[in-house]
This record gives sequence, structure tokens and C-alpha cells, in this order.
Amino acid sequence: MPHIDLPKDYPGIRSLFVFCHETAVPLCNLVQVLLHDPHPTLTAGERELIASYVSNLNTCKFCTATHSAIAKHQLGSELALVKQVLADPETAPISDKLKALLKIGAKVQLGGKNVTAQDVAIARGKGATDIEIHDTVLIAAAFCMYNRYVDGLATWQPDNEEFYDKMGAQRKREGYTPASINIKLDDQLRTS
Amino acid sequence: MAHIKLLNEELPGIVGLLNYRPETAKPLLLLAETLLRGPSSLTSGDREIIAASVSWWNQCHFCHTSHAAAAVAHFQCDPGLIDDIKKGLPNTDISDKLRALLHIAHQVQSNGKEVTAEDVAFARELGATDQEIHDTVLIAAAFCMYNRYVDGLGTWAPQANEAYKEMGERMAHVGYGKS
Repeated sequence: MPHIDLPKDYPGIRSLFVFCHETAVPLCNLVQVLLHDPHPTLTAGERELIASYVSNLNTCKFCTATHSAIAKHQLGSELALVKQVLADPETAPISDKLKALLKIGAKVQLGGKNVTAQDVAIARGKGATDIEIHDTVLIAAAFCMYNRYVDGLATWQPDNEEFYDKMGAQRKREGYTPASINIKLDDQLRTS
Repeated sequence: MAHIKLLNEELPGIVGLLNYRPETAKPLLLLAETLLRGPSSLTSGDREIIAASVSWWNQCHFCHTSHAAAAVAHFQCDPGLIDDIKKGLPNTDISDKLRALLHIAHQVQSNGKEVTAEDVAFARELGATDQEIHDTVLIAAAFCMYNRYVDGLGTWAPQANEAYKEMGERMAHVGYGKS
């Protein structure tokens, strides 16, 4: 049961966006820029993989399932590939650059000071640019916030793979505008 | 030196990062402004104490000292508050409700799942509302982001508390993202 009186029928962070609209706006705008808006070099799929990987390290079920599904749709891949990345990026079929960026993301998850000049040099050696390193650190840091927000208020996090998959397809289409996120679970399963 | 080449290397902590990437700076500043200076039944000074405490637990010197300096500016109190926050506020007169909210913030700093129903019930007994509990969790969570952003990119920060006086006054009285 959630720690505070959240609107029923809205899962995870959506219930918090409905509860508090003032903070929902910057929170949605931030994730839109980080994960959905055009990026000079990183694809939306790659950025969603960083988000789901960090959410999994933080053991946040809702964010992991949501961003895994979005990553699947953005990459046009199977969910199995995303799960392989979450389990062990080193052996997953992704670029060496993305492996190095995920390693930086894992360091950030533990605490910002864990990122060393060597971690950054390795990523750069695999072709990572400054803006990619910047965005990787900020995506990882931001999910250390979103995950804590969702779990810290004990939001409702359904076990329903179909729900997450439909939300993944919808986020790929519509991005993270505050209005498009304000949809109930029932509506999601009916319309998407 | 920061891990990436910033546009202006003289800007400390998050300031240099906000200047580097204006697209992300906009929502990051709006979030801080809303959480710390927006309408709330918690005073801005109390909210800055939560932000500074979480930043201290995350060992982020820049965020801790600057937000503690903002709290000093709000309360117009002795700057000794900055170091008292590091010790858990033994010498500062704060409400029992704020102490209960700080405990929730500390649990969030570790991981969201560490917040228990008992922690929340205790804060509620001392007068905390749902909105205040919500805001406390989100402030703590947000500083788990800002702190990692500032330290994860290896930004520099002034050492001495005195160096943050003017910054704290601007944060308190002008705001975030306002010039």
C-alpha cells in the first residue's frame, strides 16, 4: 500500500504525477530531454537501455519494466536482448562504447565519486564523446532519483507484462509529455 | 578538473554543468525552484536543510555547503548551521516533525525501499501531512540525482564555508535559474 493517499488506478510514477502536478512538469520535461528528444549521437534505444540498467541496479521494478519495454520498442528488438543487457552488459550484443557507458552508469549508481578518470578514458577510447559521457552520467543520476521517488512512497507497481509492453509502445510514439503520462492503467490496456 | 571539457571551467559544481547543457539545465532548475522555493507548508529553510543533509550523506561537498548556506540565508542565522548539519543538527532548534522527515530522507538516500510504514506513521503523528511526506521523499531523491551529477563528472568546488555565503543568499532570495 502506498505511504500516502495516492489516486487509485494509476501505477508507479504516474500516481505521483497525478498527486503533484507542479513537480510532474519538470520531472517529465527532464526525462523527455534525456531519453526522447533527438540526440546528436546516442539513439533513444541506447539511452533507454542506460535508464533500465540503472533502475535494475536500484531494484526498482516499475522503472525497470517500463524502460525495458520502451528500450525494446525503440531498438525494434526482443525483450530478451534488453534482459541480457541488464544481466551482463559485457556479454550482450551491444557496442563496446555502450558497454563502457553502462559501466560509468553503474559507478554513478553507487555514488558519483566512483567514476574515475580511467573509466572516462576507456569510454573515450571506444569513441564516446563528451556530451555522451555527460548524458550518461545525468541519465544514471536521474534514475537514482526517479527510482527512489517511486519506491520511497511505495507506489503500486503491477505485475503485468502486457501493461508495460503497451506503455513502452506508447512512450516510443508520444514521448514523455505530462499529458500523455496521465493515463490510467485501464485506459492503457483498452486503447493502446 | 572535470571529466569533460566544460565551456567555462571557472564555474564550480553544478553551475558549470548547467552552463554546458542548457537543454537539461532548464528542467533541473525548475525542479529545484519548485521543490525548494515553491508554495509549501514546509519553510524554504527547512527544505534547504533536507537538501543539505542528503547531500552531506552523499558526500557531495558542493551541494551540501551551498544548500546549507541557502538555509543560513533563509533563517538569517549563524553560519555554524553548515557544520551542524554534518553532525545531524545537535545544536540547532528544529521541530520534531522536521527530525522525523529528515529520518525519512535518510532512508530514501540509501534506497527508496528503506522507507517503512512506521517511519511514515511516526512523521504523521508529529504533524506531517501527505504533501510534506511526498515533498521530503522527492527532495531527498532529487539530491541523490544532483549529487551524483556534480560528483560523477568530477566538477571542482570551493573548500571553505565562507566561499558559499553569496551563493547561498542568491539561492535563497533570488532563486534557481533566475538572474
